[in-house]
Amino acid sequence: MKLHHLSIAQLRAMLTEKQISKGEVFDYFKKRIQKLNPTLNAILTETNESVETADVTSPLYGIPFSMKDTYLTKGIRTTAGSRLLKDYIPQYDATAYAKLKNSGAMLIGKTNCDAWGHGSSTENSDFGPVKNPWNTDYVAGGSSGGSAASVISGMSMFDIGEDTGGSIRLPSSFCSTVGLKVSYGLTSRYGCIAYASSLDTVGPIGKSVEDVAIILEVISGNDPLDATTIRKKTPQYSRSLRDERKGLVIGLPKEYFKNSLTPSVAKRIEETIQLYKKLGVTFKEVSLSLTDYAIAVYYLLATSETSSNLARYDSIRFGGDRSEFGEEAKRRMMLGTFTLSAGYYDAYYIKATKVRSLIKQEFDTVFKEVDMLLAPTSPTPAFKLGEKVNDPLQMYLSDIFTIPTNIAGIPALSVPCGLSEDTKLPIGFQLLGPALSEELLLQTAFRYENAIGGFLKFDKEIE
Amino acid sequence: MTTYTPIIGLETHVELATKTKMFCRCPAEYFNAPPNTAVCPVCLGLPGAMPIANAQAIEWTIFLGIAFNCTITMRSFFERKHYFYPDLPKGYQISQYQSPLCENGSVTLPVSKVTIPIRRIHLEEDTGKLLHGNNENTSLIDFNRSGVPLVEVVTEPAISDSRIAAEYLQTLQKYVQYLNISDADMENGSMRCEPNISLKSSSDKGLPGYKVEVKNINSFRFVRKAIDFELERQAGILRKGEIPAQETRRYMESTGSTAAMRQKEEAHDYRYMPEPDIPPVVIGEEQLQALIKRVKNTELPHTRLKTLTDLHIKQEDALLLMDDKKLGDYLLGLVQLCTEVEKKNGFIQKLVNYLVNKKISHTLSKHEFYAKATALSKPVETDMASLKNYIASAIENNKGAVSDYKSGSINAINAVVGSVMKESKGSFQAKIVLDELKKALR
Repeated sequence: MKLHHLSIAQLRAMLTEKQISKGEVFDYFKKRIQKLNPTLNAILTETNESVETADVTSPLYGIPFSMKDTYLTKGIRTTAGSRLLKDYIPQYDATAYAKLKNSGAMLIGKTNCDAWGHGSSTENSDFGPVKNPWNTDYVAGGSSGGSAASVISGMSMFDIGEDTGGSIRLPSSFCSTVGLKVSYGLTSRYGCIAYASSLDTVGPIGKSVEDVAIILEVISGNDPLDATTIRKKTPQYSRSLRDERKGLVIGLPKEYFKNSLTPSVAKRIEETIQLYKKLGVTFKEVSLSLTDYAIAVYYLLATSETSSNLARYDSIRFGGDRSEFGEEAKRRMMLGTFTLSAGYYDAYYIKATKVRSLIKQEFDTVFKEVDMLLAPTSPTPAFKLGEKVNDPLQMYLSDIFTIPTNIAGIPALSVPCGLSEDTKLPIGFQLLGPALSEELLLQTAFRYENAIGGFLKFDKEIE
Repeated sequence: MTTYTPIIGLETHVELATKTKMFCRCPAEYFNAPPNTAVCPVCLGLPGAMPIANAQAIEWTIFLGIAFNCTITMRSFFERKHYFYPDLPKGYQISQYQSPLCENGSVTLPVSKVTIPIRRIHLEEDTGKLLHGNNENTSLIDFNRSGVPLVEVVTEPAISDSRIAAEYLQTLQKYVQYLNISDADMENGSMRCEPNISLKSSSDKGLPGYKVEVKNINSFRFVRKAIDFELERQAGILRKGEIPAQETRRYMESTGSTAAMRQKEEAHDYRYMPEPDIPPVVIGEEQLQALIKRVKNTELPHTRLKTLTDLHIKQEDALLLMDDKKLGDYLLGLVQLCTEVEKKNGFIQKLVNYLVNKKISHTLSKHEFYAKATALSKPVETDMASLKNYIASAIENNKGAVSDYKSGSINAINAVVGSVMKESKGSFQAKIVLDELKKALR
């Protein structure tokens, strides 16, 4: 039986009915890792089955999951994809990890990523790139490339990624997983190695919308250890999943449908729109005129913050020498350091924060007209390994459709919508909503998933 | 001839006596704790750890701001101040730059009556401590102090001599102690002062083009010494037609002099950036009014001084009792035990004398102290036989006054009392003498 094709609810039911034991489940996925990971390089550190006996009634009892290697896991090596932390054993647990453990989920591996979250293809990992399970000549996307690859190839049931400028959604669209970038503050960042603190978000990657809703229910909500988390109670996302908003109006931001869109992506997105129309959804063209500025804003703010956040890796108390920072980390730290320096601060950092406010306002205005937005997650399907590695600017442009949401702090859910006609690689669309509209986004994606009869299952042999 | 005016500004750091640290829940009291025992992921700057601001520390900083007549910033935020030093685990210190909690205040000094303008009061975190031990090749770091809340009070460069600087510091210390927000002990480092010193020559239009910061001062006496030394040193350089270097200097106790430490870093090198992990600190109008009320209901040094002088205590004693808050509290406790008569007849000053001269120990309970004081101030038991002899001879020697008294001039008796007092060299209480005299003349 292909356990990795089951949903969380199905596997959970088998465990409850004692058709299978927690240990057998763990071994099954462990074997998948042993078989697939030497090729895919999605998992950096394998973990052993925890000896803690979780309560059988816990919501995620016995479900094996993986986590991006940016989350601190006490006693388990955490590298952030960087050589500098290759031997770093954390002293404490990230909040997201603690919550998952408490709900019975079993950590099976820490997933590969661009070092410090700096990248869009996982080629900036100091431990080698992740390969796309659908075609190993291609990238899995980044920075949470190992996360999406691990979930779709069935090495784990779900994964917790981290999205600063598209790091959950881009790999999700490249690998055909459902990836949620949450509203800023919905989930705790405590214990997640910071890339750019005002943009970083902690979110789930799963094989289905329902799986993502179940995980979100566990990891969302206030954390006394993260002052930026929301105070109010979060919804039971999996319970309200089947609710349908009547008279739903979805906006199509015209700036996301310009000629940069690859025909194969444009085609799948158009099919998606048509399907939603059949379901009774109304579409309306809207404009987000500041979209082009988002990348500039992002590379000023994110680099400023990362130059600050990485200052602690001075090799005095933990970790290796500073010479072990890779090229991309050095590039971003220098950019950020310049941006924050006197003489540049007002012209770059302050100006970027002003444009950031305008981008937020523009989204607010659009959400007065429409309930949510639909757009491609990426202008292209996955690109070839090595294709953009020597052209940082081209690489940065991979995130052109995902970055604005991080700038605005709003949620976005990337949903698979088939394969490209030529390369047979996955394509994804994303639903963008106002802050804390995750419930509605999940419901809307769930309608799509049901209408197409579920997402593609990964069933390829990988040697 | 060119004359030089001292331009002195003081930056003072005070460690708040909160239970927990500024951004984590580790104990803030680290004195005598074994190294690295009051630490956690946050104050060690471990990957992924995030700060949570201490509300008590924010409140206490605002208390000081209110007491110093500052404008309170209704929406302020924390910033990251970047620099590299091994005792700074994150590579930046969480501090405030653009929006300090309190701004534009002032405090009037009790002795000189000089008003010192306060530029800003802000909140930040302390660093760890480097221990350069016995091995030349090793330095150790103790992070117990890392993250302890630190209030920085900055004056305008408006202080003109070392005496005023020292009085300002003592006054600041008193305010902090009266507000009960820190013990502000300079010797153990819970209060640290860094004067910025320069000399303005009569030809300078604005402020001088340089300033010298002096560190490593751990007593009020050394503040005066360091400033005086610096003024002298800088004047020497200026008289030679040169300009002193803008730098940070270290005060050396052993020689009473200062020595160059490092060239003063310009502010922009710190690359200040808003702290994204801490939401802005927003103070509501109602909350502010409540805080103001609380400060108003707290006794402060200047109100204490007034209370003491209103009791007709001598100015120098009143200042002393204001300085030593515990001793002042003790005295006010004693005053409560006094009768109305005692309050009027100078008994309070007697209590002060016993207390200040340590004639009676303040380790006694207030009731014991009071009893001893009453006994001490009472004359010895009246020797009635001897008094009667003095009275008899006084009547004999003041026949005129006696006959006046008997014929109705009541006041004439005072001359007879005075005679008794004079002859007996004041051995008797005047009231008793009067009573006995009246009896004798009946």
